[in-house]
Amino acid sequence: MSAAPVPGPAAEPALYQPIALVDLLDRVLAAGVVVTGDITISIADIDLIRISLRALLSSVGTLEGGGQ
Amino acid sequence: MTSTADHAPPAPGQTTGAEGIWLYGIVADVPADALAGVAGVGGHQPWTIPVAGLAAVVGHVPLAEYGQEPLRRNLEDLDWLERTARAHHAVIDVLHRAGPVLPAALATLYFDATGIVRLLTERRGDLTAALDRVTGHAEWGVKGYTTHHPAAASPAVEPDSGTPAAGPGAAYLARRRAQLTTRAQARHAVEEDAAAIHAGLAGLSADARRHPAQDRRLTGTDAEMVLNGAYLVAADREEEFGELMVALERRHPTVRLERTGPWPPYSFVGDTPALRGTTPSSPAAESAP
Repeated sequence: MSAAPVPGPAAEPALYQPIALVDLLDRVLAAGVVVTGDITISIADIDLIRISLRALLSSVGTLEGGGQ
Repeated sequence: MTSTADHAPPAPGQTTGAEGIWLYGIVADVPADALAGVAGVGGHQPWTIPVAGLAAVVGHVPLAEYGQEPLRRNLEDLDWLERTARAHHAVIDVLHRAGPVLPAALATLYFDATGIVRLLTERRGDLTAALDRVTGHAEWGVKGYTTHHPAAASPAVEPDSGTPAAGPGAAYLARRRAQLTTRAQARHAVEEDAAAIHAGLAGLSADARRHPAQDRRLTGTDAEMVLNGAYLVAADREEEFGELMVALERRHPTVRLERTGPWPPYSFVGDTPALRGTTPSSPAAESAP
């Protein structure tokens, strides 16, 4: 712990980095304006997506955005 | 029937029973050619349905792929999900850069334009108010990871030789410090730090909320996520926000921070209390006043 904290990520937001899919899914799945479409993803479906994502990823490896 | 829509979809032909309308978001107005060249979900060019000072930005999509049943199947296909989520976001991001937008959740579909016209008509008041709230703001994501590595945790603290003649207060502190070296206590301390960081950032934001912490397998990092915050920050306070992040990181060295954004205000356009309880692992802390 001799080095001073490096403020890099905080001071320099990742403006132009590819968006990580996991960050995007946090937002597009569980947020958004509350409207009733004729078809929407239910909360149960979202949970299923999360479960299947975890199951898939635990066998495949990690998920980082933009294929980096 | 789509007679209320001023802007016809670019694709020739009428809406058939085999197509649905995908909702990207709602805006006050769409600047001319903001959407030109933007490929929407499935490569279907977005268009707008304007009603009385609001406009829904939508796209036609085939129900064979996006109808209720195929949708459910496709959502479990990670490639399809990623492609669709990124296309959805790309349209909303263009709108966000041009002005205030209320993003719709992924896969909000209508069978025809009448449902959308009804939405814009009947909920004009609260949609307009929501647009006002996000005008001039962007969402920033701040993720905090613990810098504490359980495997490298130091053994219990030896009696502190620096304060041999100390009284019961110091003895208590020494005991307390020893307790804190246990993993559970360290974990608790990190969570308190994360909550303090969240409260600090929320204080500078128009609104704030915590998303569920991301699974370690999804983040691709070894460190455990202890904060997955979203902050609605006014454009003229963004620099201050970044400075505050640096200060909070110094004050709470148990947590390493990472910033994402600017995002369209996904996390601040609707009240979705039911969704906040879906993550058992997430601390229940909510926004500061």
